[in-house]
Amino acid sequence: MLLTDAEWVAVHLSLTVALRSVLMSLPLAIAIAWLLARRRFPGRTLFDAFVHLPLVLPPVAVGYVLLILFGRHGPLGAALERAFGVQLIFTRNGAALATAVMTFPVMVRAIRISLDAVDRGLEDAARSLGAGAFDRFCTITLPLMMPGILAGVITAFAAGLGEFGAVITFVSNIPGETRTVPLALYTALQSPNGNASAARLAVIAFTLGLTGLLLAELLVRRVHRRLGR
Amino acid sequence: MLSVRLKKRQGAFELNIAFESTASGLVALFGRSGCGKTTTVNLIAGLLRPDEGSIRLGDQVLYDSDTGINVPVEHRRIGYMFQEPRLFPHLSVLGNLRYGDKRAPRAARHIELDEVVELLGLAPLVGRRAWQLSGGEKRRVALGRALLSQPRLLLLDEPLAALDAARREELMPYLARLRDRLSIPVIYVSHEFDEVLRLATHVVLLDAGSVVAQGDVASVSRRPELRAIVGPEAIGAVVEGEIEALDATSGLARVRVGEGSLSIEAEGARVGQRVRVQLLARELILAVEPPRGLSVRNCLRGSVRSIAPDDARSELLEIDIGGASVVARVTTAASAELALSVGRTVWVLVKTVSLRGRVYQAVGG
Repeated sequence: MLLTDAEWVAVHLSLTVALRSVLMSLPLAIAIAWLLARRRFPGRTLFDAFVHLPLVLPPVAVGYVLLILFGRHGPLGAALERAFGVQLIFTRNGAALATAVMTFPVMVRAIRISLDAVDRGLEDAARSLGAGAFDRFCTITLPLMMPGILAGVITAFAAGLGEFGAVITFVSNIPGETRTVPLALYTALQSPNGNASAARLAVIAFTLGLTGLLLAELLVRRVHRRLGR
Repeated sequence: MLSVRLKKRQGAFELNIAFESTASGLVALFGRSGCGKTTTVNLIAGLLRPDEGSIRLGDQVLYDSDTGINVPVEHRRIGYMFQEPRLFPHLSVLGNLRYGDKRAPRAARHIELDEVVELLGLAPLVGRRAWQLSGGEKRRVALGRALLSQPRLLLLDEPLAALDAARREELMPYLARLRDRLSIPVIYVSHEFDEVLRLATHVVLLDAGSVVAQGDVASVSRRPELRAIVGPEAIGAVVEGEIEALDATSGLARVRVGEGSLSIEAEGARVGQRVRVQLLARELILAVEPPRGLSVRNCLRGSVRSIAPDDARSELLEIDIGGASVVARVTTAASAELALSVGRTVWVLVKTVSLRGRVYQAVGG
């Protein structure tokens, strides 16, 4: 094909990392969106700001914080390694974690907007029909949030394909393990005759991003139609 | 049987009500918008928490502020049809209907899906989605869904309010059928007295958060408190009676009312059927001697039971016609001229054509 083996590896790795990051963050994003939309608790505004922090922080700073927390001697990194033998630093799972943190605000935001749009009256109706809290959430709230969840997942996935700063800071630039498309692109630009490779990777990044966004739009429209909106 | 005694303060509004219902039949909660009807049903359903009081349904206490009992909404087994249909948009009509059914305790089953589909004419709708239904159809599905949750009590909050006249007429017979077939009490919220006349067995009159009168339709229809709610032109006593005879040539039916009878236009009526007739106070004419040579078909003999002021120029007279009462509006001037006083014998005249549209099928009739 048009790409070299190393470039294919980077594409594959980008997809893997983005997918894992989305899987990691989705349950937590739904839980936090629910907390922010439905609960009033002290410090809620501060918590809200904290969740959105990766949007405004330099990605390198996020990567640095992760490095401190999850590094081999970091408080969380050491505990993870002791308890499960899991190492995040210099691994694709670490890259997924860094990506998840960076795309988390986007996902929470999309899910929260769809949660705000859910008619509480329908939940009351379900309640009067005998559905308890968890039952209600699974059978009414969650299906009605689906457009937002889909939008959040796909946008986060598409954004995750391009995460650079946090990833390179936290897990470094290891071919086959953490060298995703943007890192490979950066590497190509650094090498004397990498221009052609850089151009190919840029086209790939462009295509993947656009496809993701279009797919999100189409899916969301479809779900809306199914809900009769 | 349902027994309710509740207090709830919401801002400047204070609700303080007490009423009971029989084991079956339809209790109409009637009053103007904002008098606390919806708040009352939300308190009964458990969606709002009362400040004080108790709710008992059959032998179970659903809420009691003294003992701290507060059964959660999802365990109350009360069917609630909200003002809006609130159908689940992601489920089919069948999915909506089954939602409560699936969650009802097995031992509590008393209404089957087929029965509800037949009763509410839902067969052509079951495969559709909520947004493919008309307003009337949505309400029928919402009603069916509430029924299928196997409730012990049914709350209907203005089920006809958002519908145009034609859709209301379409839904009304379903509601009447439901009331006659169900063995559970139904609480029906309405601000249209017409609906109350057609459907209710018992009326609770609400005004500004308090019960101002309650009883059967006939007795509540004569209450002076009703005037402020329905307006002076719409007041009129309701009498109930059985159709005694039909006259095929004139198309009129004779209804026994108290000691006399009324001639009504009743298309498709049958002998023995019970009907409810509202006699508007402004349509009644009083005579102090037996009238003769008039076109008026109806003349009921009675005696004045009470005289109450109406407005600056008129009075409301309650006339006992033997086992029933009617209310007539008479100008103060006419009342003085005829020397109308309590105990006086009078003849009540009413034109058959003025009863048009005021004859309803009696409950169970």
